[in-house]
Amino acid sequence: MLAHILQNLPQVLIDGLTLGVVYAVVAIGYTMVYGILELINFAHGDVFMTGAFIGAIVLFLLMGMGFLSAMPALIVFLIVIVIAAIATGMLGVGIERVAYRPLRRKNAPKLIALITSIGISFVLEDAVRFIAELKTGNYIVTAPSMFNHKFNVDVHSVIPFFNNATFQASFLLVLIVTVVMLVSLDLFVNKTKWGMAMRAVAQDRDTASLMTINVNRVISVTFFIGSALGGATGVLFMIQYGTIDPYIGFILGIKAFTAAVLGGIGNIRGAMFGGVMLGLLEMFAAANLSVITHGAMGAEYKDVFAFIILILVLIFKPEGLFGKAVVEKV
Amino acid sequence: MTTLSALFEKLAQSKKNQIILFVAYVVLTGAGLFLLPDSTIAFLLLLFSILILYYLNVNLRAKWITGIVILAAIVPFIASHSDSYQTYMEVGTLVGIYCAMALGLNIVVGFAGLLDLGFIAFFAVGAYSYAIFASGQASKFMPFGHYPLPGDTFWLFIIVGAIVAAIFGILLGVPVLRVRGDYLAIVTLGFGEIIRILLNNMDHPINITNGSMGIASIAPPNFFGISIGSSSQFYYIAFGIFLVVIYVVRKLENSKLGRSWKAVRDNEIAAQAMGIPLVKTKLAAFAIGASFSGMMGVIFAAKQMFVDATSFTYLESTMVLVMVILGGMGSVPGVILGAAVVIILRTQVLTNISNWLSTMSSNYGISIPPALSPEKMQLLIFGLLLIIFALYRTQGLIPHKNRKVDVELLKKESAEAARAREKATSGGAKS
Repeated sequence: MLAHILQNLPQVLIDGLTLGVVYAVVAIGYTMVYGILELINFAHGDVFMTGAFIGAIVLFLLMGMGFLSAMPALIVFLIVIVIAAIATGMLGVGIERVAYRPLRRKNAPKLIALITSIGISFVLEDAVRFIAELKTGNYIVTAPSMFNHKFNVDVHSVIPFFNNATFQASFLLVLIVTVVMLVSLDLFVNKTKWGMAMRAVAQDRDTASLMTINVNRVISVTFFIGSALGGATGVLFMIQYGTIDPYIGFILGIKAFTAAVLGGIGNIRGAMFGGVMLGLLEMFAAANLSVITHGAMGAEYKDVFAFIILILVLIFKPEGLFGKAVVEKV
Repeated sequence: MTTLSALFEKLAQSKKNQIILFVAYVVLTGAGLFLLPDSTIAFLLLLFSILILYYLNVNLRAKWITGIVILAAIVPFIASHSDSYQTYMEVGTLVGIYCAMALGLNIVVGFAGLLDLGFIAFFAVGAYSYAIFASGQASKFMPFGHYPLPGDTFWLFIIVGAIVAAIFGILLGVPVLRVRGDYLAIVTLGFGEIIRILLNNMDHPINITNGSMGIASIAPPNFFGISIGSSSQFYYIAFGIFLVVIYVVRKLENSKLGRSWKAVRDNEIAAQAMGIPLVKTKLAAFAIGASFSGMMGVIFAAKQMFVDATSFTYLESTMVLVMVILGGMGSVPGVILGAAVVIILRTQVLTNISNWLSTMSSNYGISIPPALSPEKMQLLIFGLLLIIFALYRTQGLIPHKNRKVDVELLKKESAEAARAREKATSGGAKS
């Protein structure tokens, strides 16, 4: 049994890393908003999904104009991802304006904000479904395949008890783009003035506003960045996995939230770590659950596995692996 | 214009006129349904009389009796002349089932302030507990007994479903006590998904739920030898349990437990400081809310005669939440209205508009793409409802009212009691 698990390890690591970085970037969107507003932005998973669809639309448009054959695929990809990121960033700002700011002004209970975010998530899902179905007759969209060159990693000849692993060129792309996004976000938050303002607002909104920080604008910027990152990841998801539908955002969003909680919500580096860890754990479970349980449980339980991790973390270490425990006062 | 409003004023003030108008309304809509038996609008207008009844200025007992008479006798009697009798009664049954469920969620969300996004899991547990034993499914894994159980056990299973769901509620509640606020929402969501995935995959290694195939041919309930199979019969079962649920909820709302739920909702730490046991109070909310849902799950399984995991998705959970938010969190009449509105919107209004659109497109050549069909737009409509009500009318259609306490009266009473006590002690000292 152990030998079997070890044999598949290289492939599990590659698949887990791909999924993990996707979770990591989406988790950042949750963690940034939670850090500032103490609000679970339920709609974030659907912003991710919208990004994937906007990416698909732009890609099809460019293909229709013949760009794909005229230009290197990498440049087309960059155009697509930038457009999708800007569009979803604006969407995020719009969501904040419509659904959260009025509530903040009214000092409504947090439960209400959660409910509007569920509403927004429904509206996004259905609007995207509607547009996709109107245009193509089917809401499941298959993206044109790009970067599908296969690489073979010859682990077997180096370490004999591992099997060989394969990956697509898109895996490298996903990895590089997400690492660039994560590093630049980290620099932005820790080194720039806007980043400092964000951290200040997260720490204490009222005091920050006394220090001449425009709190509403900082919140808008936060939503823009979080959503843009989410949307860009949606494009990466589309290129890596090929098919998208309007309901991918829900489960992925929940898992990204799990990742954010795992790393300590509000903590950006924690979210990155939590995402990668959850991706690896999930792929490990998917590959090995049926071996470990002798066929009683298969890969279909991988979602259960993620939810159980979430519940366990929330019960035993609600502040996450890197968070600080907070004492609540009346 | 002024005369009209003056007329209304006059009508509103007189109790007699109100009653006359109400009776006239019921007779008119009843006759409407009688003469136009296939008109959904007439049916809905007749149901609307219950809402009017709620606002009438008569005493409570009279309202209850009239309401029960209208729903249990007048509506089924008039509808029975129609070809779509079973459809109407099906809607009625669904409204009853979902009203009871929304009242259960209202205890958790509205009274105790714990947002539960996986509430449908309890419904699923109830439905499966009847489905497994009332079909051949149980014989696949139970070492003893003879299955399917006969339909007489249905009545027993209503209680069993409630108990099993309550146990699951407590199972969920125990971890939940350590998480609060919006984390709780995510945990319950995860719990709901876990239950759904488990139900969908428990066909191996032991076949308990028959996996994604679902459980078919569930035995119909048996009432003193009468096999209950049609919606018009289930209507009465759902209605009966619904009445029980309302009675329990109304009793609970102003009981000690109900008041401690509201205290926990308003401020957990302050409530704890006032000596309210948090653990017990929250667990009670989960267990009682879940048990309503479990009971209705049993009826649902018996009515559908088939269950599978697709009826218990996250969408269904939020649908129950929409009912509570739409009607007004914490308000019993509001939640009932919310559930009725959502179910009627889902099963009657949207379908009718969809049919109308498709006939339009076939008769007049106006091409309406199938993507536009309102039946498919449910998510959008309910999403918008959630947003609009959360932003602009947080208290819902019928806002929740706390029971009024007459402070003067209470003061006088307590002063009298104190005087009486003083007299007793001083009297005792003299003698």
